Amino acid sequence: MTRFFFDRLLQSLIVLAAMSFVIYWLIGLMPGDPIDLMISSDPRLTSEDAARLRALYGLDRPIVDRYLTWIGTALSGDLGFSRLYAKPVFQVLGPALANTALLMGTSFALALAIALPAGILAAVRQSTRLDYMINFAAFAGISLPSFWLALVLIAVFSVTLGILPAGGVPEIAGGGFWQGARYLILPVATVTLVTIGDYIRYMRAEMIQTLRHDYIRTARAKGASKSRVVFVHALRNAAIPVVTIVALDFGFLFSGALTVEIIFSYPGMGRLIFDAIMGNDFNLALVALLFATALTLTGNLLADLAYGWLDPRIDYR
Amino acid sequence: MSAARSLAWRRFRRHPFALPSFVLLVVLALAALGAPLVEAAFGIDANKVDLLARFTTPSAEAWLGRDELGRDIFVRLLYGGQVSLLVGIVTALVACVIGTCIGLLAGYRGGWIDAALMRFTDSIIALPLLPLLIVMAALDLTKLGVPEAIAQSDRISLYHIIFIVALAGWTTSARLVRGTTLSLRERDFVAAARAQGASSARIMFVHILPNLISPILVATTLSAGKIILMESVLSFLGLGIQPPTSSWGNMLTNAQQLIHSAPELAVYPGLLIFVTVIAFNFVGDGLQEALDPKA
Repeated sequence: MTRFFFDRLLQSLIVLAAMSFVIYWLIGLMPGDPIDLMISSDPRLTSEDAARLRALYGLDRPIVDRYLTWIGTALSGDLGFSRLYAKPVFQVLGPALANTALLMGTSFALALAIALPAGILAAVRQSTRLDYMINFAAFAGISLPSFWLALVLIAVFSVTLGILPAGGVPEIAGGGFWQGARYLILPVATVTLVTIGDYIRYMRAEMIQTLRHDYIRTARAKGASKSRVVFVHALRNAAIPVVTIVALDFGFLFSGALTVEIIFSYPGMGRLIFDAIMGNDFNLALVALLFATALTLTGNLLADLAYGWLDPRIDYR
Repeated sequence: MSAARSLAWRRFRRHPFALPSFVLLVVLALAALGAPLVEAAFGIDANKVDLLARFTTPSAEAWLGRDELGRDIFVRLLYGGQVSLLVGIVTALVACVIGTCIGLLAGYRGGWIDAALMRFTDSIIALPLLPLLIVMAALDLTKLGVPEAIAQSDRISLYHIIFIVALAGWTTSARLVRGTTLSLRERDFVAAARAQGASSARIMFVHILPNLISPILVATTLSAGKIILMESVLSFLGLGIQPPTSSWGNMLTNAQQLIHSAPELAVYPGLLIFVTVIAFNFVGDGLQEALDPKA
């Protein structure tokens, strides 16, 4: 188990290290350039000044050199400043990470709470009208563009009915739990609805497979009730592959959260990354993208552990 | 073979939504291709701005009304359909070629090549793809050595988006192809080919590849839906297809600011994305059931 864990941890760290270079390289290819930004804010700068600044900041050095310098500084705990917020990047990231974790965690829990029973129900009633309806709903969820669903929900609940806020977070702190929760309802509903379809389909497919096993027939033959067979005998085995697949979707969940954060002006990681990219805040974009990558990789790692915990037969080599 | 095909066809027809979805996609594609005809027949110009006719309600001239710049919504939807379907299908094909090569190599060679390629695939799946796609979509192409004239041209946003979405979209087909290749390489016909001295490349592409048509077809269809969603998100955020060329995604870019004054503008483009994507998914599901009845 420990061996397996360290093997997977090592793999995640390698991916993270590789991605840190890829992201660093990509950010360097963004339109605009920090020296140009300085020039535009000070018309007296000459091209010699620009060249001197470039040398001063090391921008004339090869990319690998610059990357190594940067990663060294970053690993020593100095993540630099955000141009957009005029604060150390760390102070900007903290609240954003917390907000995204809240949005994703709530949506994830809600999606599982709806999808697992729905998938089981569809599997148990396979090929009935109910199964078709659940399947259709699952397909609809998979096919919904998250940004459009968000717009429709805003149009219905904020514009027409006027009962929920169209975005943002409570302005006055201490408005109480419900005041804060009201702002979360539409974003959470959107993320849940666009992620739920896949989960339902995985759960249904796995449950159908599991119910075909001999041990299920044995359990039934010994007189176990149908619900006991489904929930006690089959569920654990059916849930194992679902957990991995669902966790592999962690990156997808983050992507879904990103669009939703932008549309609802929700101050999370996704919106932070988008604003940083659009606002030429290269350093913030760089660090935020790395954190987002680390976040989804951690989600995957945890899922692998859950997998091992659910299925003690797994050979960890 | 033809008996197997007719059996597959019968199973495809038995899927409650697959065949109607296929018909719907054909109709949508034909309508989108017919956009210039509609323009010519009714004397409409999809990109003509008419500020006096902003937000006009549906009428005999403009069947679905006009948008915030007074452009005909119906014709713009048809042109948007051309872009969305083109990007969806072309990108799905490109992604499937990449995925097939990787899956075939991993499944046939096995060993450390398989382990390395599949860990690479899993790592790609684990990444937060959308933010990375946003960065890649926002790149300054001239910094990559693309000549200024090409980087500024109208068509480049189309190729750019096809390229970056394909980079993210190949994982499904790689896994499906690898799985099938693993079982195919143990079959007698592969051993026979090897005994006759066929090279690995020949066995992979001449002997195994034709037997992979089913998973490739299923993967391409299912990816097309996902890819249309990705394109629409990027275009919605202003990073994909650039106006005045319309795509269903970029037709929604302004819809949020106008949601109080003209909520109806948000209806049709989103509905068309939804309907198209669900149709691709149903056809893919139907194909899967028809071609691979074990699943």
